Amino acid sequence: MWRNSPMQFVAWYCRRNNLWQGLAFAGALLLLLIPVQVCAWDVSGYLSVEGRGFLQQPLDSRQYDNDFSLALEPEFAREWDQGRQSFVFRPFARLDSKDDERSHWDIRELQWIYAGDGWETRLGIGKVYWGVTEAMHLVDIINQTDLVENIDGEDKLGQPMAKLSLERDWGTLDFFLLPYFRERSFPGVEGRPRSQPRIDPDLVFYESSREQKHLDYAARWSHYIGEWDIGLSYFHGTGRDPLFVPRRLRGGEIVLAPYYEIINQISLDLQATLGEWLWKLEIMQRDSDSDRFTAATGGFEYTRVGIFDSDADLGVVAEFMLDERGDEASTPFNHDLFAGLRWTANDAQSLEILFGAIVDWENGSTLVNLEASRRFGQNYLLSVQMRGWLDTDRQDLQYGFRQDDYVQVELARYF
Amino acid sequence: MKKLLLVVLVFLAFPVLAETPEEKGLAIAREVDARDTGWGDFQAGMSMLLKNRHGEESLRQMRVKGLEVENDGDKSLIVFDQPRDVKGTALLTFSHKVKDDDQWLYLPALKRVKRIASRNKSGPFMGSEFAFEDLASQEVEKYTYKFIRDDELDGTPVFVMERYPVSKYSGYTRQLAWIDKARYIPLKIEFYDRKNSLLKVLVFRGYKQYLDKYWRADEMFMDNRQTGKSTLLTWKDYRFRTGLKDNDFTRNSLKRAR
Repeated sequence: MWRNSPMQFVAWYCRRNNLWQGLAFAGALLLLLIPVQVCAWDVSGYLSVEGRGFLQQPLDSRQYDNDFSLALEPEFAREWDQGRQSFVFRPFARLDSKDDERSHWDIRELQWIYAGDGWETRLGIGKVYWGVTEAMHLVDIINQTDLVENIDGEDKLGQPMAKLSLERDWGTLDFFLLPYFRERSFPGVEGRPRSQPRIDPDLVFYESSREQKHLDYAARWSHYIGEWDIGLSYFHGTGRDPLFVPRRLRGGEIVLAPYYEIINQISLDLQATLGEWLWKLEIMQRDSDSDRFTAATGGFEYTRVGIFDSDADLGVVAEFMLDERGDEASTPFNHDLFAGLRWTANDAQSLEILFGAIVDWENGSTLVNLEASRRFGQNYLLSVQMRGWLDTDRQDLQYGFRQDDYVQVELARYF
Repeated sequence: MKKLLLVVLVFLAFPVLAETPEEKGLAIAREVDARDTGWGDFQAGMSMLLKNRHGEESLRQMRVKGLEVENDGDKSLIVFDQPRDVKGTALLTFSHKVKDDDQWLYLPALKRVKRIASRNKSGPFMGSEFAFEDLASQEVEKYTYKFIRDDELDGTPVFVMERYPVSKYSGYTRQLAWIDKARYIPLKIEFYDRKNSLLKVLVFRGYKQYLDKYWRADEMFMDNRQTGKSTLLTWKDYRFRTGLKDNDFTRNSLKRAR
């Protein structure tokens, strides 16, 4: 670990991770050290405590039953040049009591943004979201998933990028240069929920000899025409979803080694907003040395406002998930159906409850999910999450999670 | 301006024709609209103090940008600052005179821009007593009108008129409005729910004039007579003609808003 000075910390970080990120971090630190009088920093973020309890015996006796962790995500932002230029720095860190891989930190954002007249450029580390569906985020590819945070794939690692956007009457064009690849994070030996056998990130290997330094690029056109929102995207580079190859460690343990291929991906995302109905579709085709396949997800979201003469809304969401590779797919959501209910109280505490299930219509494996959150006072947010796996089939990629039903409670203090 | 001219011409041309209450109501609404035309764009800070019947309070703070659009509804961008867990959340609205508004919500944690169903008119805005439709761009075409009577409100001469939402998704059967005769601005509005019973009373306070023409209330107090809850909406730092353009009201600008 580091001692004393920030520069030693940077040196430590460079050794531990890589030079590129280290230098970026040093830059951020320098910017932060500029006296407050010079820059008016807008500081916000949260600090949270989280507990996770698992309801069944783990499949691997080294895995924990209960877990406790702390997370901090501050954001430092400032704007100048009449709002044309801005800078954002948003680091994230989690300290986990049981899983060493889940104790991790990341630079979620470290970005300089210049907004011109009808164009915008972003340089640094950032996050980009593509897509329209709720259960599965199929076409969203710019950022790597921070899987140790949550298996829903909605937490992402910061992605180094140069981005140029052009806004025209005929839509928005985005161009991305992505000079550095982020490996997906995976739960450690003690971690839950996790695959069986576990994934060993130390054994990672790549198709490209440049490994993480392969220059990826992407482009996207998006537009809205009346009720329709449409996006067409192209990506070339190291695929964010790894393939897994079994390896035997020296001690005899079998583990999975992540393998990242070079891929070409084209995708379409489409939403029609028709009154209380949202109709959604995401479809993509991915090409690599090993495969060429199409996958799609889509469905509807119907929201009824002011149900039973109250202020509450009730939404129904139904989406299919289909992967041409079938049982050979690298995702468990290959022939699945998601159905969910979202209840929003619209009260002062913003109480919200989401209940849903994803069912594989070929093998019957079912993932049940409940999420609820509400605010306490002005600054506290309490979230509860429950996940359970029912009738998980041996054929299903979630088979390793079959004993990992859990309840997670998080209290976050926002500032 | 054209509408105003038309109204004036109609009055000049047919001074002896008896006006129906509906025509008089529409004429007042058009005059209100005409006098509030030409402001261009504005930026302001907005806060809402929510109070429930036990007196427990909750605060909302946001920044609002608006752009006047000729021959259509206005564009607006709202960015939230309080409560802190929704900080950076932003709402972009392209309102329209007759058809449904276009609305996008930006969720900063996911960096996701989501097109949302704008028929959610009657739903509460941020848990407050203001519904989305109460805060939306008030286009003449969104209601039909009926003049009720001449009256006084706290010594100020007013027109009392009713307006009936055109959209079937509105949460109201009717609204009863007290319009200042001299300035053509609302002083008070009563909202009647779908069962036609009194739901809420909105009172405008502390009107100030900007650019020597446009009246804006510093405070809007919404009192729910059925639940005992209330919301005090306060405007501050109104600035007009700040040079905002269409480019400041795009889905990309939502992601920049902070």
